[in-house]
Amino acid sequence: MRRLRAEILNSRKFGAFQSITLVAPEIADRARPGQFVSVAMPEDRRFILRRHFSIHQASRRGGWAGTLEFVFDPHGPGAEWLAEVKPHHFLDVIGPLGRAFAYPRAPSNCLLVSEGYGASSLFFLAQELRARGKRVDMVLGASEESHLFKPIEAKRLSQTIIIVTADGSVGARGSVMDVVPRAAQGAGTEVIYAAGPRPMLRTVAEFCMEQRIPAQVAVEEEMACGTGLCFTCVVPVIRKDGSGYDNLRACTEGPVFNPARVFWDRWTSEETRAIPTPPEGFPSVVSSWPG
Amino acid sequence: MAGVKQSLSVDLEGIRFASPVVAASGCAGTGRELAGLADLRRRGGLVTRTLTFKPSRGWPGPRVAETASGIVTGIGLQNAGVRTFVAEDLPRLARTGIPLVASVGGASLQGYIRAASILRGERGIAGLEVYLSGPDEENEGLPFYSRIDRMAEVVGAVSRLSTVPVFAKLPALLPDLVPAARGCIRAGAHGLTLIDAVPGMVVDVRRLRPRLGAVVGGLSGPAIRPIALAAVYRVAQALPQVPVMGVGGISTAEDAVEFLLAGAWAVQVGTALMVNPSAPTEIAQGIAQYLHAKGLASPEDLRQQMRLTGERHARGASAS
Repeated sequence: MRRLRAEILNSRKFGAFQSITLVAPEIADRARPGQFVSVAMPEDRRFILRRHFSIHQASRRGGWAGTLEFVFDPHGPGAEWLAEVKPHHFLDVIGPLGRAFAYPRAPSNCLLVSEGYGASSLFFLAQELRARGKRVDMVLGASEESHLFKPIEAKRLSQTIIIVTADGSVGARGSVMDVVPRAAQGAGTEVIYAAGPRPMLRTVAEFCMEQRIPAQVAVEEEMACGTGLCFTCVVPVIRKDGSGYDNLRACTEGPVFNPARVFWDRWTSEETRAIPTPPEGFPSVVSSWPG
Repeated sequence: MAGVKQSLSVDLEGIRFASPVVAASGCAGTGRELAGLADLRRRGGLVTRTLTFKPSRGWPGPRVAETASGIVTGIGLQNAGVRTFVAEDLPRLARTGIPLVASVGGASLQGYIRAASILRGERGIAGLEVYLSGPDEENEGLPFYSRIDRMAEVVGAVSRLSTVPVFAKLPALLPDLVPAARGCIRAGAHGLTLIDAVPGMVVDVRRLRPRLGAVVGGLSGPAIRPIALAAVYRVAQALPQVPVMGVGGISTAEDAVEFLLAGAWAVQVGTALMVNPSAPTEIAQGIAQYLHAKGLASPEDLRQQMRLTGERHARGASAS
């Protein structure tokens, strides 16, 4: 990973999102789908932590070579400031951070499932999968049309696409899980990748485990440092031998995890008490791809 | 005062830090995390995550909430246990060559003793820091710091076992901070680290829930700097011979100089490392520039040199 002062080439709004493109060749060259960058906030503000964004696009060739794009929801302290920063200003950026998605070795049919902002990293993934000769299909979910992530570009990147919104403003009405079984069957899906909020990831993970489809999920955890120092962004992950679970850092051991090993009951529980000892009987891990 | 031969190194009871800027416990890493971002060898020293005898999984998330000029974190001392640290992280950290201070914690007196025993005589460990903010199983789960005699018992036991200097880490908001500091020193501690994070919490009013899994966590960052500074000042006034490491919201050289002037022998940088991995190096450079501008040779020349209102500054900052 590298830290550099990166010039903003472009900052624009699309729908409910803001997109920033940076000149960051040292990061763009190394970046892989699923990884993220961290951006420092100005020194004179009440918000002090760096902000972390998954990489939406890293260009290595052509006119955009050496640039990096990330997309975010321009609300809340920090994000509001960032959305107002004009092109040609410089940001303090660290990246690429985290563990990337793994690619299947054999030619496979890949289904990419996302909700809202989660789609950001899956577009980058779709390109890389296609470049490796994999078939890509997509399920793109959102609360409403303005939170739908680049549907036209998604169509360009995938063989088939199903759009679903909670309010039915575009595509089918419902949640992504309402359409994933149909999409997977229609596309002959062999591998599923998912990114989005926790409850949605859980439903997709349960489907994958039931159907014994190898999968990877990218989590959206709140991070303080992004580099592995602070242990704030942990996800409970079951050990390979099933003997218990460990809290692994989303920034370092993730943000991409094997959903068959995520301890979903613990992770999606709102219970604030610590569970000091692991409960009895973890499920045996059905598929350990990629580990 | 040009031509003064300057050195940034400081000596705290035999621990020789190459600069007075040390990475604080829980924010320093294990030598792997910041590869390519910061050179650990350029830090004055490093305090490890708090190590417990048994591995600790820590609190469930969320573990961090940002507040005005600070963060509240509730990690719950997640660590793989002191044995795993010695086997896996210590060799890598020791290769940096900088003084390593191991932070030890426990939930009972026995827990501290076990952790300290494993570290005893371990090459590469230059000092111990005793974490006292955790719940005491033998005292209704109240923090160890809530009773001076209990603190002294724990600090004394660790000090008797240790072959290296021991620092007791105290919180700021004790009604009797100075007696507590004195109690730890009498029990055998060689120095003090001031301050630990300040208890804090944040509530999500939309969801009617605490923002942290731990409910109450520790506030750190610039928000607590004045609190830390006052604690360092009070203790340094009362116990001028005792080495004090000042910690709490330090992110610039000016912040660090404040602590040195108030009586700290060295400073620790924690939350700032999460934002700026090279903060310790930059702060040390800034201290060097400050010393140069004042014509001073060493950070020790700043210690307790703050000029108090109404006091003739017979010990003025230029008197070296």
